[in-house]
Amino acid sequence: MSTQKNHAELSEIFNKDEDRVNWHDETLWWVRQKRDKASHAIPDWELLREMASQIKNNVLSELDTYLIQFEAKATENGIKVHWAADAAEHNQIVKDILDKNGVKQMVKSKSMLTEECHLNHYLEEHGIDVIDSDLGERIVQLAKEPPSHIVLPCIHKKKEEIGDLFHIHLGTEAGMSDPQVLTETARLHLREVFLTRKAALTGVNFAVAETGEFVVCTNEGNADMGAHLADVHIASMGIEKLIPERKHLGVFLRLLTRSATGQPITTYSSHFKRPRKGQEMHIILVDNGRSTQLGRPDFRNSLKCIRCGACMNTCPVYRRSGGHSYHTAIAGPIGSILAPNLDMKDYADLPFASTLCGSCTNVCPVKIDIHDQLYKWRQVIVKEGYGDKKKAAGMHAMDWTLASPSLFNLAGKAGRWTLKHAPFAVNNSMNPWYKHRDMPKPPAQSFTEWFKTNRPQ
Amino acid sequence: MSSRADILSRIAKNKPQYIAAPDISAFGNKHSSNANLDQFCAVATGIGATIIFINNLSEIKTYIRNQITNNKRIISSIPELIGLAEDGTLVQAIPHKLEDVELAIICAEFGVAENGALWVTETQMGTRILPFITQHLAIVVNANDIVGDMHASYIRTAGSDHNFAAFIAGPSKTADIEQSLVLGAHGSRSLVVFVLNMDICDESDRPVL
Ligand code: SF4
Repeated sequence: MSTQKNHAELSEIFNKDEDRVNWHDETLWWVRQKRDKASHAIPDWELLREMASQIKNNVLSELDTYLIQFEAKATENGIKVHWAADAAEHNQIVKDILDKNGVKQMVKSKSMLTEECHLNHYLEEHGIDVIDSDLGERIVQLAKEPPSHIVLPCIHKKKEEIGDLFHIHLGTEAGMSDPQVLTETARLHLREVFLTRKAALTGVNFAVAETGEFVVCTNEGNADMGAHLADVHIASMGIEKLIPERKHLGVFLRLLTRSATGQPITTYSSHFKRPRKGQEMHIILVDNGRSTQLGRPDFRNSLKCIRCGACMNTCPVYRRSGGHSYHTAIAGPIGSILAPNLDMKDYADLPFASTLCGSCTNVCPVKIDIHDQLYKWRQVIVKEGYGDKKKAAGMHAMDWTLASPSLFNLAGKAGRWTLKHAPFAVNNSMNPWYKHRDMPKPPAQSFTEWFKTNRPQ
Repeated sequence: MSSRADILSRIAKNKPQYIAAPDISAFGNKHSSNANLDQFCAVATGIGATIIFINNLSEIKTYIRNQITNNKRIISSIPELIGLAEDGTLVQAIPHKLEDVELAIICAEFGVAENGALWVTETQMGTRILPFITQHLAIVVNANDIVGDMHASYIRTAGSDHNFAAFIAGPSKTADIEQSLVLGAHGSRSLVVFVLNMDICDESDRPVL
């Protein structure tokens, strides 16, 4: 492990405030229930998931062809297409575009990709000011924190904390924490920003190979406010965001928001095909490890992800440990599969931050086998020597105990005695297993002892 | 250039064997019907829109006169409303000039029953920014232009060309602060949908799109 704190240690910080943990847990579960209600109202739901999954299978098997097709169409439509092998190249391309246009201030709508690339930080270092316009993202930006959830960036924050931030930065009355008032304040503040920025960056939800158009979904309208007022619109997308044909949008737009928040669709699903007259439009196609993940048969399915966040809302570990404990741009179950692809050593802990209950897999709209992949990553990580060393020592002791029947019996007796009379001996911070689990109540008898007294004569 | 070649060659090397895209025709083509209109109205109301049935476009004028009593700016790209509203097609070049628009009234090509969304293209917007920057938005749709679902939407718009187009469903909103729903985030604070009453076509009368 690097010096970076791991998931268990970071969760411990989050878990200090039990009331907040309960609140976080319940809020996300409520979102999950809204998803259930919305999905149950669609008789075709399972068919939709299956179709989405199959469309994505096709995309992954033809990704190079679709990218070339998309590039040709988009170029024909007057959009400038760029290719970035990694985060650094993506950031450089953005900066070059801004430099060429003499832009020192940019407004940005939600893009998890730019979080993954640490774009804001990079641009700030180069003297370019970036303002996030999604309300949740603006809030975490003011708090100098990363988003803790891909759809609900400030789900970890209480309204009083947001009120304090707005008081300091946007001049609201001290103690004001009414969501209506705070949202109105942000609306006025960001309107000024939209009207004065010459460049806007947006994410991309779907890009259509057939037509060269791309779709951006928001509830707030911030992507549109930025893009349609700016002289330069930059759209950053991971290469896996492609879909073959326009008609496939029907499948994905039906699934995305119902899975994310339980809404039937986002307020705005904007289809950008050509720049407006006099406007420059750029698309940056970003790889950043995706083509490598494509080559890992066990993990390539993670590239089907449409970033709905449903796997996080349902995850008992995410709900009770908070997004920041994952120390990566994309938290939760899917983030725990994506991150080790980028750096197996730094993110070796994440595939272990799961109970493998499979709830994520059940809700995933594109049918990613999330919990299976987490399980498979564990094996890869341990095999490659990045596993938790303390846990490895315990495993060796277990190997040795399980290999000998007499030692096993003795260890069982001792273990039951310890759990009963001295639970602190196992439930302490020296025991890395306890960090992830509650120790069970010990049975009075082992199965062997029970069998001896009860076996049929 | 080199990154492009690198990425493409890595994909070519790493991609799985060809898998065909599925046939999605099983979802059918749920185009206009009475049932769609009822569902559309219910869903759109549920996401914060206000539905108003009208028999002709001049009823919109009466509605607006009642709603907007002060001298606030009204823009429309619907010819029948010019006079009461400024002509939205004339402001094309400078989107910033729409900053103080109070109400915009535009047409939609069609609505979608399953989610209350309305399909509006740049042609109908006049200026792309209009439906977003306006404080309040009104969209007019024909009662017989409500399709069942998103599959039918894309069948209906197949082959059509647009520089920019959007599905708009309800007023702009956010729930980023403790999941409390607030209407009027960055886009319009409200959405009125004027449903223009016409005889609903029988399904069989409609050309198959
Ligand atoms: S993995 Fe599935 S459930 Fe999780 S964010 Fe991606 S699409 Fe949604």
